Amino acid sequence: MNNKFRVFLKGVFDVSPLMIPVVPFGLIFGVLSIDIGFSPIETMGMSLIIFGGASQIILLQLFSGGASSLVIISSVGAVNSRHLLYGAVVSEHLSDLKLIWKIVISYFLIDQAFARSNEYFKKNNDKNKYFHLFGGGITCWVIWQTTTFLGIVLGAFIPEKLGLSFAVPLTFLALLVNDFRKLINVIVIIISGLVATFGFNYVPYKAYVIVAGVTALLTAAILTNLNKKNE
Amino acid sequence: MSNWLLIIYCGLITFLTRFSMIALLKKEMFNDRIREILSFVPSAIFPAIIFPAVFLDNSGDFQLENNPKIMAAIIAMLIGIISQNIIATIISGLASYWFLIFVV
Repeated sequence: MNNKFRVFLKGVFDVSPLMIPVVPFGLIFGVLSIDIGFSPIETMGMSLIIFGGASQIILLQLFSGGASSLVIISSVGAVNSRHLLYGAVVSEHLSDLKLIWKIVISYFLIDQAFARSNEYFKKNNDKNKYFHLFGGGITCWVIWQTTTFLGIVLGAFIPEKLGLSFAVPLTFLALLVNDFRKLINVIVIIISGLVATFGFNYVPYKAYVIVAGVTALLTAAILTNLNKKNE
Repeated sequence: MSNWLLIIYCGLITFLTRFSMIALLKKEMFNDRIREILSFVPSAIFPAIIFPAVFLDNSGDFQLENNPKIMAAIIAMLIGIISQNIIATIISGLASYWFLIFVV
């Protein structure tokens, strides 16, 4: 078997267990998007063009709350700023790639594929190792598009009484499970939540996500600083 | 702005944050301090979506009494802390929410 294909399959295989939570996430996105009033084509377009769960759900949430486009776009940017964190780690492994491959890989780069491929990159050093990230990314892409489509179809049959919009805070809550055990994270979570809740009606342009995020990040900076001084 | 333009801009900004990490960022650009603070981004942003969706009603007013979402979110959080599992957290939250609105 061709080496590129072998590394690609390894990426598919490594990322697959992490795809299980993506299934309900994609379904919920498809159902909610239709519920909010986007057309099936627009909903599919979001999954194809944006291809990022947290970004797409924030878009829905703010759009349904009547936020302006500028606020929605900057909130999506704020959510994505976590990707910058990976930059320092992954760029050194991909620095020799052609620009076109960097563009392709960037489109497919999602948290799960990053996590798995970063482990692989640390252990392997052949020149085709980027096919691992490509394989993981494509796997997630196929699952995300399929579940979005199923969500669109299912959405027509799911009664509003089920209150499925509650799945939005639940999915974000689920993404924080690893942070609930760390004291500084818990404080940051509470500050962000309180600022957003009390600022919901008062922060102009529905920019409460950004105001809460910045306040909470400043809190994190102060707390980690204090923590260091005490050590 | 039309829906399509909004979707394209959101896609563009998502792509650019990913692309910048591959193509532009060099290891030296981030010291440990900045990396440490960026690791708090999920904890700083996600609650801004979670809390209003749980504690406020559709018109943005506080809804603290007769609100099954609060209890369901607490149950989901506890299950999340114990199981460290994303699906278990979502399912326990939805199941307890439905239990509270349909059965209790």
